[in-house]
Amino acid sequence: MSEHISTETNQLGSAGYNYAFIDEGAKREIRRKLLKAVAIPGYQVPFASRELPIARGWGTGGLQITLSLIGPEDVLKVIDQGCDGSVNAVNIRNFVSRVAQVPTTTDTSQATLIQTRHRIPEEWMSQDQILILQVPIPESLRTVEASERETRRMHAEGDYTRLWLYLYEDIVRFGEISIGARYPVMVNRRYIMDPSPIPRWDVPKLHQSDVLFLFGAGREKRLYAIPPHTDVQPLEFDDVPFRTEDFAGKCCARCGAEDAYLDEIVLENGQRSYLCSDTGRCDKNARCKELE
Amino acid sequence: MRDQPLLSARGLTRFYGTGCVSCPENTGPAAATNRCSACGTIVACAEVSFDLYPDETIGIVGESGSGKSTVVRLLHFDIEPSAGSLSVTIPHGAGRQSGNGQVHVQHLLDGTADVFGATAFERRMIRNTFMGIVYQNAAAGLRMQVSAGGNVAERLIAGGWRSVGAMRDRAAWLLDKTEIPLERMDELPRNFSGGMQQRVQIAKALSNSPVVLLLDEVTTGLDLSVQARVLDVIRSLQREFRLALIVVSHDLGVIRLLTSRTMVMKHGRVIETGLTDQILEDPQHPYTQLLVSSQL
Repeated sequence: MSEHISTETNQLGSAGYNYAFIDEGAKREIRRKLLKAVAIPGYQVPFASRELPIARGWGTGGLQITLSLIGPEDVLKVIDQGCDGSVNAVNIRNFVSRVAQVPTTTDTSQATLIQTRHRIPEEWMSQDQILILQVPIPESLRTVEASERETRRMHAEGDYTRLWLYLYEDIVRFGEISIGARYPVMVNRRYIMDPSPIPRWDVPKLHQSDVLFLFGAGREKRLYAIPPHTDVQPLEFDDVPFRTEDFAGKCCARCGAEDAYLDEIVLENGQRSYLCSDTGRCDKNARCKELE
Repeated sequence: MRDQPLLSARGLTRFYGTGCVSCPENTGPAAATNRCSACGTIVACAEVSFDLYPDETIGIVGESGSGKSTVVRLLHFDIEPSAGSLSVTIPHGAGRQSGNGQVHVQHLLDGTADVFGATAFERRMIRNTFMGIVYQNAAAGLRMQVSAGGNVAERLIAGGWRSVGAMRDRAAWLLDKTEIPLERMDELPRNFSGGMQQRVQIAKALSNSPVVLLLDEVTTGLDLSVQARVLDVIRSLQREFRLALIVVSHDLGVIRLLTSRTMVMKHGRVIETGLTDQILEDPQHPYTQLLVSSQL
């Protein structure tokens, strides 16, 4: 096991609780719904979202997937906006490692389960890993239709005209599609899906990936999935192609990476600096730089 | 030999309520009501049958509540019929701007299938590929929070168009045909006058080069000079696009101007059909006589 994995697990406070906090019946239901989600890529499967010690809307969907899949042999990584050290990530990591007694890591390549909010790690992930995304609003058609009954009908009939019309109007008004995060994607040429609020930068990583993507919306009680090697296309017009954020000419001030999604930092003197959003890989790059 | 009819409707019936065995005799012109006294069911329209041929214009005339709009909404699949069938005969390749929509539904278009029995997806494809509709109330036919050009583009998107430039070109061309100034193309229709909204609706209805255009009281509520302009636009587009029209109106002037054959409806039933001139000059049914004689 790599030195970057913390084997220290916290046994305190889990007495009286089932392994991994939620009961086995609930885990079985979530796993069954996940199998359905994998079988129908991009389709939102309703599930009975359980109560957890954190509020709904704070990652309970992702957390329930993590808790129902995790076993003692797993290695866990939790990130929030790419960062291993933010409050949400630290708390969820501490909670899961306490109730499931698993080692944790910040190294993407060492983790078997990665729970994430709003980012997909920059590093390549293998078929032996699972990426679990927290989702606030699972319905990509919600922008154009408030009724759940109606959006379900639209999905069932493949009636996506109104979302396309929304994109058309955006282009007319702003010259290009103004959606930043939550860019709608077509999964397996059938369902339009909300990829969770990942930046456009991460959208191409969903296409024909080796890793299994699981999406959980605890407040909205929906699960969905993109199995490995599935076609995932961002919605685009023939003459207005999809494009990602452009960091040309900029690099990370810490590790020097030029191929990463960068956070803009305004310094005290008013100048702008850039840092990797993915701190796990930034740490790795910085260590390599030191060794050189 | 005559052409095959484009649309062939048989026994179109729509009621609201549970329905009972005595509904047929308790409603209609003879009973002078469309509410069944036994069960309270409203019979919006019953046993409406007709054929619409290519390039032909049929008028449906009648008083408010006679069921004429219900017939049009049934034909546009806005509501589902309680009974009746509709067959459609459209030769391959007739959907001129339709993208790939026709491919999905060609098997339903040989005049033998009842398209009311088709899936919601197939009905939507038929509608998006071959039909256009203009409602009395522009708010029903337009998305008021979407620009005029976007409204026209909507049916094109539904038909599989995915080029913004091509859609804008077509929207501009159609808005020009319907006399909307092009500099207002990207404005919201709620900023437009009633007559302009109606002309945007017409441009939207024509965007997919429909084979059948349904007009539901298009000029009602517009002042006379604007009515004349809208009717002019419809007449010239009818010739240019070789449209088959179904025109619903309570205004006999509109019926006389646009249509060649007319059905007169009252209390949900068709009480008289025939050539428009014949009906207007020599009405047979007492209600039609009243209608013609009470024209201003």
